[in-house]
Amino acid sequence: MNADQARAAVLDALSRIAPEVDVSGLDPEVDLREQADLDSMDVLSLVAQVSDATGVPVDEDDYDQFDTLARAVGFLVRRGGAVER
Amino acid sequence: MPDFRMPSLGADMEVGSVLEWLVQPGDVVHHGDVVAVVDTAKAAVEVEVFSDGVVDELLVPVGQTVPVGTLLATLRPVDSTVPAGPPREPERPPDAGVPVRSPLVRHLAHQRGVDLAAVPATGPRGVVTRVDVEGAAAPRTRDGTRSSPYARRRAAQLDVDLRSVTGTGRGGAIRATDVEQAAGRAEERPAAVDQVATAAGAPATGDRRTAARQAIAALMTRSKREVPHYYLTQTIDLAQATDWLHEHNRDREVSQRVLPAALLVRAVALACRTHPSLNGFWRDDRFDPADDVHVGSAVALRGGGLVTPALLHADRLSVAQTMAALRSLVERSRAGRLRLRELTDGTITVTNLGERGAESVLGVVFPPQVALVGFGRVAERPWAVDGLLGVRPLVTASLAADHRATDGHVGSTFLAEVDRLLQDPDAMDRTGT
Repeated sequence: MNADQARAAVLDALSRIAPEVDVSGLDPEVDLREQADLDSMDVLSLVAQVSDATGVPVDEDDYDQFDTLARAVGFLVRRGGAVER
Repeated sequence: MPDFRMPSLGADMEVGSVLEWLVQPGDVVHHGDVVAVVDTAKAAVEVEVFSDGVVDELLVPVGQTVPVGTLLATLRPVDSTVPAGPPREPERPPDAGVPVRSPLVRHLAHQRGVDLAAVPATGPRGVVTRVDVEGAAAPRTRDGTRSSPYARRRAAQLDVDLRSVTGTGRGGAIRATDVEQAAGRAEERPAAVDQVATAAGAPATGDRRTAARQAIAALMTRSKREVPHYYLTQTIDLAQATDWLHEHNRDREVSQRVLPAALLVRAVALACRTHPSLNGFWRDDRFDPADDVHVGSAVALRGGGLVTPALLHADRLSVAQTMAALRSLVERSRAGRLRLRELTDGTITVTNLGERGAESVLGVVFPPQVALVGFGRVAERPWAVDGLLGVRPLVTASLAADHRATDGHVGSTFLAEVDRLLQDPDAMDRTGT
């Protein structure tokens, strides 16, 4: 998985969970929960949907990798590479 | 013969309209079957019928707004000799072993050619609901996408081409909210408008927002005018609970993992059993204890507004079941598919500010209930344990209660019981069902 695919997976899930948010306008370095007004249930849904879509397993300890778009993409690319091989 | 009337969702509801009829004249219905979707200022609600019978006539067409109490449909007894058309109950289908909510659901599945065994169940205790069957059976549009009847109607109203809509329902089925979202995109509404969520996922019109706000305003004003509140708080150490959750979640799929909110709600539900004087209603100058424990859970709608649907029989659910029920309530609240009972039958309410919330909340009781339990954000703080200072995850639990029904002593023992329960999550899980 490359960065574009990872970003698309996160934004796709996010646009379902927070349909009112303009995902193209998100700052990749700023806390996603703040930008998209996500509560813990939303974060769980986000992780579940991204994990389903990409096949990348996400442990509970890895949830904070999803605090910004940039970190989430980096995480998915790192782990996704390992999954594909 | 009991008839089917426009229900009231509370003192603040005066009118409603039928969004969708789920039965036709001649259909056999049973107590608890969902027969219509009703639109109110607060939310679109699935309404159940409370008697058995055969639907005789639908008196109010879809879209017409009528006062609460208006006769919507007439029923006649099942054994009535009035010809009911072709026999409605199919012979026992091969999927008889699958738990199904009602014969109506089974009938619907048969009618639409849906194999019940293959339908993912979302109902309580793994029961297949009408929505599940519809999701599996939703007819396809010309290009093969699935959509619900309501979604198709919304698409017509909003002039949206279904082929341009991305479905987020089961199996990619298009739901009404998807249509509305697509309509919002097409019109390129300013972000500020789209950010104001509405209870039913209906278009974010000023009227609807105003009505929803007014409903909250009326209830809260009534509470503050009529209910003499008292408030108590208790700091609770969640180290045991947090460890238990971590262990529970370790080897589970993301979708099976449990959030702290489920443990908190579970603790409140169990404490209601031992403190029945906080679980019920103040009516006609006296306390009327509830027979069951239905824990209302405050759900913030995206962009503003609030609904408090109830987890029915929350005291009988395991922790995992509590989590599943909470998740379902949040999803359905935002999609505008709550059940009437869920909006009317709460016996106590919990508000949980969550991980980005403030430290504590002193709530406003939802009349005629007599208690509201609040939880602030769980945070790591210094805490003395056995004479030593350590860092523990703590939460401030609060109780706002109606002083007419109880006194501070009862409230104190209630919060102490919630605390005690949260120190032994295993026991809380075992006492489920």
